[in-house]
Amino acid sequence: MAAYMSASRLEHAFSTNDFVPEWAQEEVSTGTTIMAVEFNGGVVIGADSRTTTGAYIANRVTDKLTPIHDHIFCCRSGSAADTQAVADAVTYQLGFHSIELDEPPLVETAANLFKQMCYRYREELMAGIIVAGWDKRKGGQVYTVPMGGMIVRQPVSVGGSGSSYIYGFMDSNYKPGMTKEECLHFCTQALALAMERDGSSGGVARLAAITEEGLERRVVLGNQLPKFSNA
Amino acid sequence: MALSNVLETPASGFNFENVSRNVALDGLLEGGHTKAPKPMKTGTTIAGVVCKDGVVLGADTRATSGEVVADKMCAKIHYISPNMYCCGAGTAADTEKTTDLLSSNLTIFSMTSGRNPRVVMAVNILQDMLFRYKGQIGASLILGGVDCTGNHLYTVGPYGSIDNVPYLAMGSGDLAALGILEDRFKPNMELEEAKELVRDAIHSGIMSDLGSGNNIDICVITKQGVDYIRPYQESEYKDKRQRRYKYRPGTTSILTEKIVPLELEVVQETVQRMHTA
Repeated sequence: MAAYMSASRLEHAFSTNDFVPEWAQEEVSTGTTIMAVEFNGGVVIGADSRTTTGAYIANRVTDKLTPIHDHIFCCRSGSAADTQAVADAVTYQLGFHSIELDEPPLVETAANLFKQMCYRYREELMAGIIVAGWDKRKGGQVYTVPMGGMIVRQPVSVGGSGSSYIYGFMDSNYKPGMTKEECLHFCTQALALAMERDGSSGGVARLAAITEEGLERRVVLGNQLPKFSNA
Repeated sequence: MALSNVLETPASGFNFENVSRNVALDGLLEGGHTKAPKPMKTGTTIAGVVCKDGVVLGADTRATSGEVVADKMCAKIHYISPNMYCCGAGTAADTEKTTDLLSSNLTIFSMTSGRNPRVVMAVNILQDMLFRYKGQIGASLILGGVDCTGNHLYTVGPYGSIDNVPYLAMGSGDLAALGILEDRFKPNMELEEAKELVRDAIHSGIMSDLGSGNNIDICVITKQGVDYIRPYQESEYKDKRQRRYKYRPGTTSILTEKIVPLELEVVQETVQRMHTA
């Protein structure tokens, strides 16, 4: 189920509604699977498409890959409201910064903006974000900013409640020096495995490849996902 | 008590001063025989569908206060701007005030900028406000409208999350309504077909959910204008009043009549000119 603690959350006055069933009273959460992989020349990012309120799927076709700038994206996991708000704020800050510099922004800058916001408001926010993109200085980069506000650059990173099920797959199948197509295939498989096992992940698999040329988006529908067992 | 100004201009936004008073009152009332009234909620079914020519919104008309139906003909589809309407589920007062505030802000915006407001703008304003209040405002809204960029349908949750989808249902009857929508929705439907689909979705919410009932309102928004059909369909279970409860004039007989003129003296007269040009 959605992996978050409600200890630090305020009591919601709204959820004491007589007519909303118990299992649909929680806050909207992207209990999710997100991932990002670097390759030579860019990054590939992927996410599932399920947003839940408790046990009810509020949106089964969510787009969790949010553009922050032309060549920088973020993958959102955690509370839908919190991540949307933080992503909006960082989009504004980064856009302003880019106009000031008259230059496309660096992925590291975007990741640090996320980190500053997530760390400062760590008690109030519930947001686990993966920032990925391409810039001229360092090429394709993936930075992960989990809950609490840490930042670390990784060649491949997974996040969200479904990530627990695919660490093994990721560790054994990732090889440095993969091509874009290989990365897309790797992501599709990883997402399919996570969506199969995690109740809070599902729907369609959304993928995107970001390179110097620009953006290429793909959607793999539920029935087209790779199958790993006949059980 | 002498006050320098009788009417204090309130600080902008919401004022939660009465929350602590209510909590204290609750404590007093629980001990006694009376209970504090439960806030009026629109335990509701609302739905929206994007079709070829515009957006169709639908809602039931029951507002409940605990287990009692407080309002049988509640208007849940709120006006935002000439090209946008918003259905609200959750606490009735919160949805009313939130949509009112949004409508006022958008009117001011369109006057100062000279532009017609876009649906994304309304959604962003709602999201900003609800996120700021961290879920304390219990409003789940479905905002639909037509603007120069196309036909849009958004939902805004009480914590400030938004979803942009072609068809939606919210409220306590949302599961029933969503079943109908999932089964029969097709992209780019004709207007009449979309109206029937929304009607059927709300009807299924009314039949399967205790918090929804009475009549069905439909609001059709197209580029040509808005058709707010209230009610689109009346409930088959309407009551017929048993007797006339109005009394005709003369029912109470007048026994005596005494007229006492008030003697008033003009003490002071001031004339203030107003510039109404």
